[in-house]
Amino acid sequence: MQGNHKRGRCRGRKVALAAAVVMGGSMVLAGCVSVNAPDKPIVIELNINIKQEVIYRLAQDAGNTIDKNPEIF
Amino acid sequence: MSIDRFFGHLALRRTAAAFALTAAVVGGVAAAQQRDPAYASARASGQIGEKMDGYLGFVGSPSAAVKAMVDDLNIKRKAVYAQQAQAQHATVEEYAFTSGCLAIARTVPGEKYQAPDGSWATRTSAPPQRDARCP
Repeated sequence: MQGNHKRGRCRGRKVALAAAVVMGGSMVLAGCVSVNAPDKPIVIELNINIKQEVIYRLAQDAGNTIDKNPEIF
Repeated sequence: MSIDRFFGHLALRRTAAAFALTAAVVGGVAAAQQRDPAYASARASGQIGEKMDGYLGFVGSPSAAVKAMVDDLNIKRKAVYAQQAQAQHATVEEYAFTSGCLAIARTVPGEKYQAPDGSWATRTSAPPQRDARCP
């Protein structure tokens, strides 16, 4: 009997824990939804994040790529 | 490493080398080809232009044929950008943007290109207006 009681309590805790996880998860989800708001300037921001040093590093290879693919450039 | 595995690796390397050779030959053949006449005329007439992001764009509203052609070219460009970006440890956007800088620099007078403010500009004999980061 006592053993059963203990198990029952334990199960109760597990359920409470699971509920907490689910609630926490839904709170995180709710946070994500509100973060998703920004819309159109995303592409421009990506371009701004491209650094000049990276462009200079890639320039020669990109030039060769254009030369090698004249039918699409 | 077992002997079988060792030879397996050798075979893999040989296959890779064969692929590289094939790619080089295909690349050489591609270099011999020029722009498709429809593409060349759409560029020359200013219906399409070079965008800053490394892809082609429409200056006005395109016909179905021009749109299909540009979509196809842009997909092919993206495939090339992705492959090269991986080899250069860069992002596809970085590689595409760099190529855009160069493609705009290589436009000829009369062709359209996207100026840094996003508007379409017509190339003259003067250097094109480009992003400050362009080489």
